[in-house]
Amino acid sequence: MKKVLETLKTATLLFVLCFSLQGFASSDEDQNLEVDTKDEVDAYIQHHIKDAHDFHLFSYTSNGERKHVGFPLPVIVWSSNGLATFMSSAFHHDDDGKVVVERNGSSFVKFHSKIYELNAGASQVEFDETHHATNADKVLDFSITKSVFGILLIGLFMLIAFSSLARQYKNKSIPTGFGRVLEPLVLYVRDEIARPNIGEKRYRQFTGYLLTVFFFIWILNLLGLTPFGFNVTGQIAVTAALAIFTLVIYTFSGNKDYWMHILWMPGVPVLIRPVLAVIELAGALVIKPFSLLVRLFANISAGHIVVMSLIAIMFTLKKSLGVVGATGLSLVLSFFITLIEVLVAFLQAYIFTMLSALFIGMAVAEHDHDHEHDTHGHDVPDAEDVRGDFI
Amino acid sequence: MEILINDFSPGLFVVMTILFLGLIFLMVKFAWKPILSSLDERESGIKDALAAAEKARTDMQNLQADNEKMLQEARAERESMLKEAREIKEKMISDSKELAKVEGDKMLKQAQVAIESEKKAAVADIKNQVAELSVAIAEKVIKEELSNSEKQLKLVDSLLSDLKLN
Repeated sequence: MKKVLETLKTATLLFVLCFSLQGFASSDEDQNLEVDTKDEVDAYIQHHIKDAHDFHLFSYTSNGERKHVGFPLPVIVWSSNGLATFMSSAFHHDDDGKVVVERNGSSFVKFHSKIYELNAGASQVEFDETHHATNADKVLDFSITKSVFGILLIGLFMLIAFSSLARQYKNKSIPTGFGRVLEPLVLYVRDEIARPNIGEKRYRQFTGYLLTVFFFIWILNLLGLTPFGFNVTGQIAVTAALAIFTLVIYTFSGNKDYWMHILWMPGVPVLIRPVLAVIELAGALVIKPFSLLVRLFANISAGHIVVMSLIAIMFTLKKSLGVVGATGLSLVLSFFITLIEVLVAFLQAYIFTMLSALFIGMAVAEHDHDHEHDTHGHDVPDAEDVRGDFI
Repeated sequence: MEILINDFSPGLFVVMTILFLGLIFLMVKFAWKPILSSLDERESGIKDALAAAEKARTDMQNLQADNEKMLQEARAERESMLKEAREIKEKMISDSKELAKVEGDKMLKQAQVAIESEKKAAVADIKNQVAELSVAIAEKVIKEELSNSEKQLKLVDSLLSDLKLN
């Protein structure tokens, strides 16, 4: 009975999740008929997958005036005149570089979620054909943006949830309540990701990082599916930072064998070794982290774009299918895609963590096995070498 | 690629790096370390308990085997004791039979010897008595015969006549 109730709860949650996303979008679109052409939908989606400087829930038009519901977030920028801080409400929801904010003797404008500092004398930002500002410079933007807000939120949530789980172990060996949900996840990461990929000897040392990465990505991915419209793991700066963490960890924990295999590959003719070293170095320092960061970024961004595009069917196909047809089609498609996105949220977190563990495992692997040589003295590739080729 | 680079926000990157570094350290200190060590402890506890249970089981088995062995031994011992007792009984019976036979034979022999000697004595006694009796009778007869002279002369005559015949 309890199990049924739990399942029902989960299903309801999923349902609410999917349809509130829908509701959010449609209320926005229906009430002010601003976004109803394909170009406008495109622009809206592009705007959504970018970071934002305020927490915007929805907008509506009443009495011909556009109203926004949400709250502003602090803007912290490093300009030519030093640090400048102000609330994002100073831009009055402008994202086209029209509203100029004066702080510390600098003028700031916001254009497509980016803050520019206007050059002296300029009153409006202007762009050339390649979308480079001609009379303004990008500033170093340390603002508490929506993504940073999400990171802080999830960081706090993780700290509270897992430290409470840790506290539970002081009194009892089997956790109760929410801890019972978290424990198998921790065990999963430890036993299915860290242990088999890094090896029994050294997995413990890296499990903390892997657990943090896994839950951070997974929860943020799931948060991205809520109607709050977070897109943290779809920010390339965030995935780049994560990938670089992995890069730093496996580069600095690599043992002698690892560097030997990169810089002076044993078992191949001497003349080929420098060539291989270049390839291996590029693989270890650039390709591996790049594949990590692009995979996560692209998957999550694509998911957001697909979900929003399917929701947009509601009004882009209104003319050809009618209101009921377009809404129904959009509802069904976006419902199932959202379900798939729930799976993708987990999958991407798993893949990122798994590959991180694999890279670390390759760096710390102990080659106590000598390569087997066949009758002609050539190396016989073993499973590990083959596995390396596929990554 | 152009879009990727354009979308990359160095500020967000820096903020994310700092926050994530902090998150890793905090999580490791306050969550993962205690959780993982508790899990390890629990797992090793379970392992130990399982090993102890296994050991108890084998001990029990050994004990049972020992018991079985002891029972077997006791049974064998009882068997052998019974057998021995039976043998002893039989031996005793046969021994006493032997003894009785020997003793009886001996007594029989003694009795026979005694009977023989008694018989001999009796026969001798009878012989003596017969002799005495015959002498007494003969005396009386002679006395009777020779009580008068006529008879004595007659006897002498008969004796003499016998002598003549010879």
